[in-house]
Amino acid sequence: MKGFYILLVAVGIGGAGWLVYSARNKPTERPAPATPAAAPAAGAFRGYTLGSDSAPITITEYSDFQCPYCASFVTVQMPEVRTQLIGTGKVLWRFRDFPLPSHKYSNLAAMAGQCAGEQGKFWEMHDQIFYNHQWAERGKNPSGQFREFAKAIGADVARYDACMDSQRYAGRIEESRQEGIAAGVDATPKFYFDGRRFDGMPTSDTFKHIVDSIIATRKR
Amino acid sequence: MRRRQAIAVLALAGMFVSLYLWLHKLGLIGVLQCGTGGCDTVQASSYSVFLGLPVALYGVVGYAALFALGLVSVRQADGSWGWPDTAIAVLATTAFLFTLYLTALELFVIHAICRWCVVSAAIVTAIVVLALLPIGRRSIGTVPPNS
Repeated sequence: MKGFYILLVAVGIGGAGWLVYSARNKPTERPAPATPAAAPAAGAFRGYTLGSDSAPITITEYSDFQCPYCASFVTVQMPEVRTQLIGTGKVLWRFRDFPLPSHKYSNLAAMAGQCAGEQGKFWEMHDQIFYNHQWAERGKNPSGQFREFAKAIGADVARYDACMDSQRYAGRIEESRQEGIAAGVDATPKFYFDGRRFDGMPTSDTFKHIVDSIIATRKR
Repeated sequence: MRRRQAIAVLALAGMFVSLYLWLHKLGLIGVLQCGTGGCDTVQASSYSVFLGLPVALYGVVGYAALFALGLVSVRQADGSWGWPDTAIAVLATTAFLFTLYLTALELFVIHAICRWCVVSAAIVTAIVVLALLPIGRRSIGTVPPNS
């Protein structure tokens, strides 16, 4: 029995010591959130946005609809970002297509997004594509499923079909990808805070911390 | 007796793991020592809050209760099955099921694994096995006189 209590005390002291050590080693500042990078090139179409145009900070996201990490970001982190940063007027969120050549249906998905966007329903399609991401894992042509998404969000399906058939936004999507390459996008999703590349772990908490830091710095 | 002692020690260790994650959630610990970065993803996700409270806080409370019950059961002079054992079995089973749910979220929804959550899951699994061991033995008729 004595050995048991000695073990308990040892675990207690070890655990408490570890917590104190972790708390004392808390960095006063997070690692530099951004690496200087080229600002996205100017173009006629700058991507669909969420939030107020007068927001003090613009976060540009380069994303690939078939990328699982992009889907994970949208479903797990984005709800908090929308509430805490976009909804509060701190951030204007800009979405840029960056279809990776390694993904077979990324361009098709980007086209579906643009064709829905033509009808003012880009973000609805964006959410459909990311929240129902099983299509990306099946390996089958998801055209039919995207069409169902278009129906589900209340788009004019005939117009959507015509848009998809014409491929009229192929140039816009490629322009967006080239803009990303010029800005240094090397993986998706990739984020830029007012044109400065963010290379850390994209979590809503981190984004909130960075945005608040930038706003506080500008107020000084 | 050693079974109950092991439960108490494991519960204490689990309590510190949960405390670590909870203190991080409160902003009192800067960067989680995680390795893969999955901890930040999991901790920052909307699933890290359950019924308005951080999931890690449920862990702290649950492990603290298991630890307290473990100490009570250890101090029982009689080695036979008593109310603390029943309470531990119920609490450990609940914690185990909740852990299964959280692990499924990590694997299939969040697509990120937090190593500390895995450590906690291993501890909970060990506790539930130890807690239910006498029941299993009894059911096959080999329960020892002093469990």
